[in-house]
Amino acid sequence: MSAELSPKLSPARLQVMWNRLLAVVEEQGQTLIRAAFSPIVRECGDISAGIFDVNGRMLAQAVTGTPGHINTMAEAVLHLRERFSVQDMKPGDIYMTNDPWLASGHLNDFLLMMPAFKDGKVVGFTSCTSHLVDLGGLGMGPEGSDIYDEGLLIPPCKLVEEGTPNALLMDIIRANSREPIANEGDIYALIACCEAGVNRLVAMMDEFGIDDLDTLGCYVIDTSRKGALEAIAEVPEGVYKNVLRMDGYENELELHATLTVTKDGMHVDFTGTSGCSKKGINVPLNYATAYTVFALRCIVGPDIPNNAGSLEPFTVDGPKGCILNAQRPVPVAMRHTLGQVTPDLVLGCLHQALPDQVPAEGASCMFDLPMRHAPEVAANGGREFAIEPVHNGGTGARPHADGLSATAYPSGVFGSQVEITESVAPVVMWRRELLPDSGGAGKYRGGLGQRIEMTSSNNAPFIVFLSVERLKFPALGRMGGQPGAPGRIRFRDGNDDIPGKGELRVEGDDYLIFDTPGGGGFGDPSERDPKALALDLKRGLVTEAGAKAYGDTSS
Amino acid sequence: MTTALRLAIDIGGTFTDTVLVSGDETILASTKTLTTHQNPAEGAMEGAERVMAQSGRSLMEVTGFIHGTTLATNALIERRGAVVATICTEGFRDILDIGYERRYSQYDINLEKPDLLVPRERSFVIRERMSAEGEVLVALDETQVERLLAELDASGAEAVAICLIHSYANPTHEKRLRDILAEHRPDLTISISSDVSPEAREFDRLCTTVANAYIQPLMESYLSRFIKQFAAQGVNCPILMMTAGGGMCTVETAARFPIRLVESGPAGGAILAARIAARSGLDQVLSFDVGGTTAKLCLIDKARPQTSRSFEIARAARFIKGSGMPVRIPVIEMIEIGAGGGSIAGVDRLGRLTVGPKSAGSEPGPVAFMRGGTEPTVTDSDITLGYIVPDTFAEGHIKLDPKGSKAALKRVIGERLNLDAIGSADGVSRIVDESMASAGRMHAVESGKDLGPRTMIAFGGNGPLHASRVARSAGVSRIVIPRNPGVGSAVGFLFASVSFEIVRSRYSLLDSMDMDDVNALFDIMIAEAKEVVAQGAGDAPTEVLRTAFMRYNGQGHEIEISLPDRALSPEDIAPLTAAFEEEYRKQFSRPVPGMQIEILNWAVRVATPERSVPPVPETPEPSVFKVSETRPVTCDVDGTAKDAAFVARADLKPGDRVRGPALIHEPQTTTLVSADFSAHLDAIGNLVLIQDQKGGAK
Repeated sequence: MSAELSPKLSPARLQVMWNRLLAVVEEQGQTLIRAAFSPIVRECGDISAGIFDVNGRMLAQAVTGTPGHINTMAEAVLHLRERFSVQDMKPGDIYMTNDPWLASGHLNDFLLMMPAFKDGKVVGFTSCTSHLVDLGGLGMGPEGSDIYDEGLLIPPCKLVEEGTPNALLMDIIRANSREPIANEGDIYALIACCEAGVNRLVAMMDEFGIDDLDTLGCYVIDTSRKGALEAIAEVPEGVYKNVLRMDGYENELELHATLTVTKDGMHVDFTGTSGCSKKGINVPLNYATAYTVFALRCIVGPDIPNNAGSLEPFTVDGPKGCILNAQRPVPVAMRHTLGQVTPDLVLGCLHQALPDQVPAEGASCMFDLPMRHAPEVAANGGREFAIEPVHNGGTGARPHADGLSATAYPSGVFGSQVEITESVAPVVMWRRELLPDSGGAGKYRGGLGQRIEMTSSNNAPFIVFLSVERLKFPALGRMGGQPGAPGRIRFRDGNDDIPGKGELRVEGDDYLIFDTPGGGGFGDPSERDPKALALDLKRGLVTEAGAKAYGDTSS
Repeated sequence: MTTALRLAIDIGGTFTDTVLVSGDETILASTKTLTTHQNPAEGAMEGAERVMAQSGRSLMEVTGFIHGTTLATNALIERRGAVVATICTEGFRDILDIGYERRYSQYDINLEKPDLLVPRERSFVIRERMSAEGEVLVALDETQVERLLAELDASGAEAVAICLIHSYANPTHEKRLRDILAEHRPDLTISISSDVSPEAREFDRLCTTVANAYIQPLMESYLSRFIKQFAAQGVNCPILMMTAGGGMCTVETAARFPIRLVESGPAGGAILAARIAARSGLDQVLSFDVGGTTAKLCLIDKARPQTSRSFEIARAARFIKGSGMPVRIPVIEMIEIGAGGGSIAGVDRLGRLTVGPKSAGSEPGPVAFMRGGTEPTVTDSDITLGYIVPDTFAEGHIKLDPKGSKAALKRVIGERLNLDAIGSADGVSRIVDESMASAGRMHAVESGKDLGPRTMIAFGGNGPLHASRVARSAGVSRIVIPRNPGVGSAVGFLFASVSFEIVRSRYSLLDSMDMDDVNALFDIMIAEAKEVVAQGAGDAPTEVLRTAFMRYNGQGHEIEISLPDRALSPEDIAPLTAAFEEEYRKQFSRPVPGMQIEILNWAVRVATPERSVPPVPETPEPSVFKVSETRPVTCDVDGTAKDAAFVARADLKPGDRVRGPALIHEPQTTTLVSADFSAHLDAIGNLVLIQDQKGGAK
């Protein structure tokens, strides 16, 4: 059967099919989240699912909790599609890799791709990605010195052959993990997700009586590309530059971006950016691209779904070896630490083109705080635990509204509930409250950070694996808005602040205090509506002392 | 006994539905009156008087009275409740403001977080602290009460929500604080979280307690007025209230936990569908309730509607998850989307056809209603396709203007997409039906279930009209349209049990569970629930259902596992493990042997037994109904012009069969039988639609 024999495909029918594709990927995503073991998947929706045409062009992708998969999946499937010959593929085959430079920036993200067959022919692909709990090595933390320290890397290979998982590969994955059972569960969930996607895709093609995805694919991609280009056409053409200073690990960093806007697209270049760190906060370009494009698309055509067409006009590059285009074999485990600030970097460029549409900088990098019992606790028969509470600072003020306090952006994580954290681990969180005056002053105020205070509940020491940002360099304001308060980590009884990266040992009687950063303000503080300031004072979000930042308010 | 006479009143946003039933099954009279928003009891009284007059009975004869109302829901949505203050543990003033630290829409940088009713200037704290195990870490500092009272007075609070950390594990501080405040401020309404929602997760528990406190003063006065008014007219049986969980409780319980009354109307619809499922022996059902602005879908397995322990009130535009206020109460779980007869169709910036969630409602309504509506709606598309026939619509009470519908479709959609009016209408229908089907599929996936093998039970004003189109899109091949599909919810009330549910958190690993502790917890919960049920059911027999919510250690999704109705012992661990793995296999295809199983929540439901279910007698020999009238329609399968049989439902006898395309009309709605379906009437008057074997659709 050829394309000409397909029933007439009216725009309404094509659109129904497009809607169905979008529904199928969301369903795939939900299936994966429900079955996942990794807390970061469950709490943050750190997964993705997509459908691709026979040429590997992405037609639909699930909108999940993290932007980190947006371009990465589209590129990874193209790569796998090139690597393996379509002629050799059989129904039930599934390919995979966790290569950070091909999949999603660090080893924990597994990417699977499965061909969909109809009448004996490959008609398209489904793909999904999920974050696995543990791949061995030094574990989730920035301490690795190269990728080999960070655990098991699986190059592109066939994970499932005609429905049968490769037993040797599964053995290797189990043997190289501290959490073999959870890993196995997560891999089966990924397999089930691919299979469900393929079944639904083929069932849909049967239902609508189409034998290939050519017409539908072109419709989806052309419509989306056209929409994206129209949105870009509303951005003034030009070249816009921005620099961010970041805490880094062993030394401070500069991130540089040049945004070039033409009628044909938006291109970002990271030339000028600092070189790589010795530790695992380096970012492969695919991951930096995902967050960069996400940020641009929040402002430029956010209503257009992600697919090969809508993504095509957005391109990102950077000199090899800069920290946003890290090359093998540097360590990359905590690539999200800087990945999550690339939106602030590129939005600083876009702001110059669209001063009235782009928010100020925010805390951006989440306070993801993996904690584990100290090694000797296990040896002495004490209570073992491993948790990963996530908390956030404030977002930047918007051009027409205050920033959001203690809210994730660009990530879509859920913050942890104290009662749950304390139920599963021997810790007490004594405080979790907004931090007054931490939001940058402005016509619109930045979102507030929060203060979290905690101790061990059983006097046993524990370890916190830190990789957070903006303790030295705060989120900056725009258009005269002031910076938010920087974050801070310290012991109540200690003299020195604790740096934001590395392992932190907390003794049984230590009282640990985290302040997450506030967001930057937008516009001149003296222009703030006096009623809004009065309300902030009444609510205790701004103190009398903090109100001085807004100038003379003694009216 | 033949003297039973039962009355059900469902007060909705626009209409109040009243149904009078004798014995168990026979509907003596039903009516729709306009809801009287100033004093909703008036509209209810009018409905009651009408059904009494129609049936020649009197209110004094009524032996059972069940009431459901959207008043609680509307007060929350329209922000018409009390001024509430919160009191939390020192260090946790900002539980509401911090929430889950999440934006509900990934790409929307301009969004605002939901308004959770209590601003920071009315959130107060007191020094105290419990551990997760319920041990006192810091005693309740009663010296701070004086300050608290001053703060409460200054804030103008009319109601207080108290939510202390880990109070679900040990409520003594909350109770003590409530008693002290009540003593000093007897006029203050006080809700404590360990009463309202004793589950772990401070944000959800506080939200639930706040919502309860917010509507408590309003509901108390409403309920007492309602009772007085009906007592004055001679009603002398107790009035029971319908809850979101699909059970009934006394007015006293309702006044204590008014939050449990939200969404009781839709729950009634699900109960009706469950009842039909039981009578017809249908194990897997999808109920499909479509009105003017929303569609609600519910999964019903083995005649039990799926339930959930949480719900979101007042979601922002587009019904997005996370954009509302979460409450943790037992509810019949439904997916609700902004798609109904009044949903407005348009074309977006990319040239994509869109339908809803904006609705023209009843004012101005669809273009065809000629009340000032100018934007084409789903109803306008159904008129243009010939599915709504103007002369029989709403028994002729509403005049329709089909030309207006066509012109609006052509202008708004056709001109952008190069389609004629019929092509535009066909597009609108396909988009809205796909989105309803898609919501159903997504809901099934989230529940680890499949839609394919289900029977759809469709009701509501627009349910029967869209049922076969949505069923096809959802892969469902069998549909049942009950009798009186327009007043389904109120009919459903009459089949509910008196029941009460309590969910309580206590964290434990299954392998190392402290049996005495869990058994003691159950004893307390069961005693509490029995006491509440006894108020409404007297000494009638009750059933106790115990459940545990289990998950693999580290996983997010909890699975509900039934427990035996007796004390647990260590011997139960192995069978419970097996039961969990079996259920896990069903939902996720493979269990994960060796993984630890943990339990966070425990639940009991105490209920009077369900009413007996007489099975549906066999349908008489099929006979082809002789169609005497046809109407031109656009076939929803292939888009061509066809003649559809035009049949009054009242003319069908059990066994009568009609092939699609057909329109089967009745006073409040029309059933569209698509060309790939045929319909017959079963022995008790349900309309049953069955899709042809594959190949019907070309």
